[in-house]
Amino acid sequence: MNAAAERGSGDACLDIREVSKRFGGFQALNAVSLRIRPGERFGLIGPNGSGKTTLINCISGTLRTDGGRIVFEGADITGLAAHRRTRLGIARSFQIPKPFTSMTVLENLMIPIEYARLGHRDGVVDEAMGILARVGLAAKAQVPSRALTQIEMRKLELARAMAARPKLLVSDEAMAGLSSAEVDDILAILLQLNGQGITVIMIEHIMRAVMRFSERIAVLDAGEKIAEGTPDQILGNKTVERAYLGE
Amino acid sequence: MAGRTFVVLAVVVVAAGVIVTVLDVNQYYYFAAYVVLQYVVLASAWNILGGYTGYVNFGTPAFFALGAYTAVVLIQSMNAPLVVQLVAGAAVAGTLGLGIGYLTLRLRGVFFSIATLALAVVLQTLFINWEYTGGARGITLTRPATVPLGGSYVEYLFVVMLVLAVITVATAWWIEHSWVGRGLAAIRDNEEAAECMGVPTLRLKLVATTVSGLLMGLAGAPFPYYVTFIEPASVFDLNYAVNSLAMPMIGGSTTWMGPVIGAVLLGTAQQVATVTISSALNLLIVGVILVAFVILAPEGIVGLVQRLVRRGPA
Repeated sequence: MNAAAERGSGDACLDIREVSKRFGGFQALNAVSLRIRPGERFGLIGPNGSGKTTLINCISGTLRTDGGRIVFEGADITGLAAHRRTRLGIARSFQIPKPFTSMTVLENLMIPIEYARLGHRDGVVDEAMGILARVGLAAKAQVPSRALTQIEMRKLELARAMAARPKLLVSDEAMAGLSSAEVDDILAILLQLNGQGITVIMIEHIMRAVMRFSERIAVLDAGEKIAEGTPDQILGNKTVERAYLGE
Repeated sequence: MAGRTFVVLAVVVVAAGVIVTVLDVNQYYYFAAYVVLQYVVLASAWNILGGYTGYVNFGTPAFFALGAYTAVVLIQSMNAPLVVQLVAGAAVAGTLGLGIGYLTLRLRGVFFSIATLALAVVLQTLFINWEYTGGARGITLTRPATVPLGGSYVEYLFVVMLVLAVITVATAWWIEHSWVGRGLAAIRDNEEAAECMGVPTLRLKLVATTVSGLLMGLAGAPFPYYVTFIEPASVFDLNYAVNSLAMPMIGGSTTWMGPVIGAVLLGTAQQVATVTISSALNLLIVGVILVAFVILAPEGIVGLVQRLVRRGPA
């Protein structure tokens, strides 16, 4: 079984093996393992403080793990700096939008185009405009990014991640605080990206969105994976119900 | 401004400087202009790390003094020509910038600033106790008997500093308009997001500390021949730290033009005040102007003008 799992890791887009993370005396992640297949739509849910964002930070490289390994497309990236992981094809959006505030919307996209894909210097503006058009921000290209509305900032987060040409996109609560129509907007963008072959991990509290979007879902609670399966399996899972609603 | 326009402007500025030395005016004007130009270098150099990258450096005197003392050592040991002093001063200060970057850049915000302030204190203590460069008493230096360009040695130093200022401003201009500058701006705006967008934040910050330190050392290297007397208290003067920070803030810290405008205005005002009122008034002037700008025009003169222009036509 173990040998088969080792061999099988070559087929996974992202293979998270018993990843642990402590903050002082607090065990934020406890030996969490996940295998995400290429092209998959994967949902990651769990109550507040269950370790979802910590796991994302470990995947993107802004946090170092205390134990376990992270393998991306067959290569061990556990010790790699975040910008190197982005260049390999892992992009993320932030839960709280972090635009480059001194720049226009267009300039925000130039950063990943120039830096995530080295040597890419020509046609930068055209490409950035193309991405902005796809997320519906083309009219805002020359606007300072700090002047955007909440939904526009979320879209800019996704646009920036797209500009890095990722193979794996990690969307950290891109829909929190948005109206139902806006949620559909973001969902459509993510589905379209997935349609192009990009693997998507979605962290979300809006159940309607996660359930509709995900092919498989994993549930975290208090730093441990308590369930994994299709949306239907998760909905019927008693442990998950207890984690969310209590005994 | 396009690259070609900038190059033409740079050449014109240097040529004008050379022509000015032919004029038969009081030597004091060259003496004073040298200080203003020195501040153009220091302010522009500071701005590469402080303005573009968002890391506030209080250690300007350390880099400036290291450039000056490197020149002193070269004069003392082998009577090296000024060009050698400039190159060596820049190299040593740049190396210090790189080292300090490695040691402190994991610190953010105010903690980085405190570390740079400590650096100046440590280095000053070091030179106070080093007898070879005069220790606490200081050291007197003799300028070379021959002047390479004709005219007086002060006129020569004025032209040298003008060239250094043009080199520094050109460096700042290039950084600002290149992918390097955009990466630094991304770090300033949000370091975590920058790193996740593929920006090698640590490496770029090291580039910024190295280039910034190098240019500050360059400003310090001709100083021994300028004053002909070097002592720790005057080269490690807090004035350098305050001015090189205040000038970009007043001029505008996001463009190459800001530190130049700030240095010319504030530097000139200080020179005038030194002659007409008293030299002790300098810091007071800087303080008052800085407070006024932080409150009324936090984006500096450049930002203020941009805002007025944008509002104008509408």
